[in-house]
Amino acid sequence: MENKNLREEIIRRSGVNPLKCMRCGKCSGTCPAYDEMEYHPHQFVYMVETGDIEPLMNSKSLYKCLTCFACVDRCPRGVEPAKLIESVRLSVIRQQGNNHLNTDTIPDIIDEEMPQQAIVTALRKYNK
Amino acid sequence: MKVSYFPGCTLRTKAKQLDKYARRAAEALGVELEEIENWQCCGGAFTTSTDEIATKLSSVRALNEAKVKGQPLLSVCSACHNVLKQTNDAMKNNADFAFKANNYCEFEENYAGETEVIHYLELLRDKIGFDKVKEAVKNPLTGKKVAAYYGCLLLRPGKVLQMDDVENPTIMEDFIRALGADPVVYPYRNECCGGYVVMDDKESAKKKSSKVLESARLAGAEIVLTACPLCKYNLEKSGMDMPVVYLTELLAEALGVKED
Ligand code: SF4
Ligand code: SF4
Repeated sequence: MENKNLREEIIRRSGVNPLKCMRCGKCSGTCPAYDEMEYHPHQFVYMVETGDIEPLMNSKSLYKCLTCFACVDRCPRGVEPAKLIESVRLSVIRQQGNNHLNTDTIPDIIDEEMPQQAIVTALRKYNK
Repeated sequence: MKVSYFPGCTLRTKAKQLDKYARRAAEALGVELEEIENWQCCGGAFTTSTDEIATKLSSVRALNEAKVKGQPLLSVCSACHNVLKQTNDAMKNNADFAFKANNYCEFEENYAGETEVIHYLELLRDKIGFDKVKEAVKNPLTGKKVAAYYGCLLLRPGKVLQMDDVENPTIMEDFIRALGADPVVYPYRNECCGGYVVMDDKESAKKKSSKVLESARLAGAEIVLTACPLCKYNLEKSGMDMPVVYLTELLAEALGVKED
C-alpha cells in the first residue's frame, strides 16, 4: 500500500486524531512497557502523523504494548495512543504470514496454571 | 434479584474457584445468577479498531440475551467484563459497527446497547449494597491487611468502564472494609501485571508483576486481592512471597460459605 493510503487507513481504523497531540510525553512517561520499547507511545503518535510508518511496522514495540490503557486515560488531550499502536499492529499482522505468535510453540510456553485467558488474548492481539 | 451471568472460558477451567465462590456468595446474598445459554469466549481483549466486527459478536449475543430477559449482565473476570462493557459501548455509540454487528446476528430486534453491564463488585456495591454485605458477614476478617489489585481492565478506559475514579478508586477498598478487613492502599494497585505479554516474553511480564507485589508489600499487605485469572497467574509467577486471592473467595470466607 502506498504510504499516504496506509497512513490514512491506520488513522481511520484507530479512530484517533494524532493532530490533537501536544507532545507532552505523558503517555510515554506512564507506559509500563516504556523500557522495552524502541518507539514509545508519543513517538507512535508523531510518526503516524508524519507518515513515518515503516519503522513502526518493523518494530518489536508493537508487541510490547500491554493494552493497559494507561496512556489512554492519562493523556491530557484525549489522544488515545494505544489505539494507534493497535492499528499499526493490525496493518502488520493482517498481512498473510505475519502472525507474531507461532502457534506450534504454544505447548512449550504454557504450564499447568496458565489460564486460557492468556492464550486467547495473546492470539487476539498477536495473530489473525 | 435475578441477573444474567457470563462466566467466561477461564472460569470453567483454570479459575474454577473464582466462579464457584461467586455463585455461592451470590446465593448467600439472595441473588440468582442465570447463566447465559451457550455463551462463547469473549476473546480476552477488546480490539479497539473500529473495523473489527467478527471478534466482538460473542459479546453482542450475550448482551442481547440479557436484554431479552430484561436483566443486567454480570461477570466476575475483569477481562470478560472489560470486553462486554466496551462492546456494549460500541453498540450504543458507533452506528456503523452496530449496523454491521446487527446484520450478522439477525436478532428479532436490533441490539443498541440497552443492557446494563455490571461487574461483580458493582453488583455488591450498587445492587446489594456494601452495608448489606457487611450485615451478612459471619466471619469478619478483622485485622487482615488486604491490598486490592485493580490492574488495568477493571478501570480502563475510564470513559467507558465507569466503575470508579481511574486514579483513586475506592470500590475494592470499600469491599474489603465490608468484610471487616483493613484495606492497604499502594501506588501500583492500578498498574498492569504484564497481561498477555507473558505469552511472548515471560521476563517482561515478571518485571511488571513483581513491581506490583513489591509495592503492596512495602505498604504492609498480607494478601493481595484480584478479580482476574491472568493477573493472579502473573503475580504468582513473579516469584514474590505474597498470597494472591480471588475476591470472591475472600467474600465466601467472610460470609461463611467457603467450605463444602
Ligand atoms: S500524552 Fe497525549 S498529548 Fe501528551 S504526548 Fe502522549 S498522546 Fe500526545
Ligand atoms: S496501552 Fe500500551 S502504550 Fe499505552 S501505556 Fe499501556 S503498554 Fe504503554
